[in-house]
Amino acid sequence: MSQTNPQQIEYNLKVVRQFTIMTVIWGIIGMALGVWIAAQLIWPELNFDTPWLTYSRLRPLHTNAVIFAFGTSALMGTSFYIVQKTCRTSLFSDKLAAFVFWSWQTVIVLAVITLPLGLTSSKEYGELEWPIDILIALSWIAYIIVFFGTLVKRNTSHIYVANWFYGGFIITVAVLHIVNSMAMPVSFVKSYSIYAGAVDAMIQWWYGHNAVGFLLTAGFLGMMYYFVPKQAERPVYSYRLSVVHFWALISLYIWAGPHHLHYTALPDWTQSLGMVMSVILFVPSWGGMINGIMTLSGAWHKLKTDPILRFLIVSLSFYGMSTFEGPMMSIKSVNALSHYTDWTIGHVHSGALGWVAMITIGSMYYLIPRLWGQTQMHSVRAINAHFWLHTIGTVLYIVALWISGVMQGLMWRAVNAEDGTLTYSFVESVEASYPFWFIRFVGGLFIVAGMLLMAWNGYRTIKAGKPTSETIDVAPREAATPSA
Amino acid sequence: MDYITWRSFYTVLVFVLFIGIVFWAYSKGRKKHFDEAAKSIFEEDELKRTKQDDNTKQESKNNE
Repeated sequence: MSQTNPQQIEYNLKVVRQFTIMTVIWGIIGMALGVWIAAQLIWPELNFDTPWLTYSRLRPLHTNAVIFAFGTSALMGTSFYIVQKTCRTSLFSDKLAAFVFWSWQTVIVLAVITLPLGLTSSKEYGELEWPIDILIALSWIAYIIVFFGTLVKRNTSHIYVANWFYGGFIITVAVLHIVNSMAMPVSFVKSYSIYAGAVDAMIQWWYGHNAVGFLLTAGFLGMMYYFVPKQAERPVYSYRLSVVHFWALISLYIWAGPHHLHYTALPDWTQSLGMVMSVILFVPSWGGMINGIMTLSGAWHKLKTDPILRFLIVSLSFYGMSTFEGPMMSIKSVNALSHYTDWTIGHVHSGALGWVAMITIGSMYYLIPRLWGQTQMHSVRAINAHFWLHTIGTVLYIVALWISGVMQGLMWRAVNAEDGTLTYSFVESVEASYPFWFIRFVGGLFIVAGMLLMAWNGYRTIKAGKPTSETIDVAPREAATPSA
Repeated sequence: MDYITWRSFYTVLVFVLFIGIVFWAYSKGRKKHFDEAAKSIFEEDELKRTKQDDNTKQESKNNE
């Protein structure tokens, strides 16, 4: 075989398979943790009077599990798949790719151990203590080498747009993580940020919002630009728009962080600048959403029969909704009502459950059969059921928190006309929130039920097949590639 | 050049670069190239299909 075809390369699908399985597993764990802490808000006894299981310790575990375990495993797996496929070459280094997988899973296991123990740097979305931060940095540098090394050794002249988004995400997250995690260790498990006061807050939200912008947006847009056209079986609506989309998003996102710090000690001009830059972000966000959805133009009927495509396209609708809502909420006068209320949490979850989770789930349903030598998932009807469970769950969640969020904001700012005292105590607003928190909890149950259905469906698909071994002939491609 | 001047210059530079990218992306000369790039993700399916045919041919030969 190798004599007749010396230019044959085998894709490394093993690491993609590993990340795919872990994406589903961490998805279930992370979302189940979310349901648990949602239940704790209604029934506080669910912490079982144990410090390790209190809301304050499980909440960062939930966010780390869904963002860095579920979301990032999906990003790493799909980026390794797409970069190989679109560059028509194997990964730069199989050993380094394996290191990325195992070191990243180690990071998550360490998070599962340390966060319930209360070991935290208390930086939101960057809670893990300094030894774990160093491991994250090493893992991420290996990821950079594997991804960009593969781009360098590609057998195509052009770098497909999905890789640009993944590349932007990977480099920026490295910079964000390293700058934000700068800390002075006082012991093996405790450190203090080297930044102080308002600067620390600004660095934290420069990191925090760009984690949203580059990890939860740019990375998943890379996923969108490959899996939406593939599943729709038609090229992206406008490749030119995708180029402009990339550069606009990359150059604008970096200044949105200050909108997390409206009406704080942050200088006023910084807040206003952050607000303006956040509002402008609406433009590239919608450009990308329209590009994704319009890919289906002329083939809308496919949505009727294909639940995977439904996941992908509805994810883009949620992306459009939350990237409209986000800029509106960053306007200072709106923020005065919405900040610190459930509205913010509802907004985050319309992005996280609607956009990130749905595009991921759709992509996983695309990948699983192809990675295990099957043509489709074991049960297409189960994918459809999952779609409805997830959609209903997400809508219940975000609608409940919209209402409770606006209600909380209005109750907190209400004053008695005669003497200017507060109309409601804080506890009264908590009491009024209970029904909505219950609806949120029910929505979460729907979502976890859908994920369990996905795990069963995936298990049956994997059991029926065997790991795909895929090779590509490089020689004929090179001949066909235009030299310019 | 002091810091403020440099930052102002840099902001204008990035703006001009971005306008340049928009014109470049939508220039007539790039259309063919970008259309090819958009379709490139489907080429592997065609390659695979022809390759699968080769493989089945090979296998049948081996069986003989």
